Amino acid sequence: MSTQPLRQLLEGAFPDATELDVIDRTGGGDHFQVVVTSPSLAGLSLVEQHRRVYEALSGPLGDGTIHELRIKTRGAA
Amino acid sequence: MSYTDKIKEVIDGSDVAIFMKGTPAFVMCGNSDRALQALRRAGAPVTAVDVLPDPQIRQELSTISGWPTIPQVFVKGELVGGADIVEELEQSGDLEQTLREKLGDDYASSRDEKTVALA
Repeated sequence: MSTQPLRQLLEGAFPDATELDVIDRTGGGDHFQVVVTSPSLAGLSLVEQHRRVYEALSGPLGDGTIHELRIKTRGAA
Repeated sequence: MSYTDKIKEVIDGSDVAIFMKGTPAFVMCGNSDRALQALRRAGAPVTAVDVLPDPQIRQELSTISGWPTIPQVFVKGELVGGADIVEELEQSGDLEQTLREKLGDDYASSRDEKTVALA
């Protein structure tokens, strides 16, 4: 899987994101690093912030398209 | 057969529990290793559970925790997070502070590391 569909899912879940990046860590299309900075994450614990990302990517996570996911989130604008 | 009761027992009964792929002596996944190393750097007493012997362990764990990936780290029954969060908290010093608050100032004195087999 390319990074584009993942980016679209994240853009849909975090329309107000000030930073949004998806990196294919190995080039193999299944190990990804995502970075999301969004005001909608402000005030949430890291666990809750990562949960939002997991929810946004539940499709590709559930069907095994994403083998490994690294997440970096920030609540600031 | 269900693992749910055993899983809850480990989560609630351990100071620090990590559900991982492999064991501390033989880690089978990079992310499990990252979380374990962060816990070690913080001096945490660790109770480890290998989820690999039966895929059902992982399924039931994720149902309990609402967290889809492995590893999962709990302190005194509360989900702290996966490898990224544990690493981030360790680097910022927040992990040590949480351990101090929940386990007491001398939490690192035991540096206990044990493995519990569920299957």
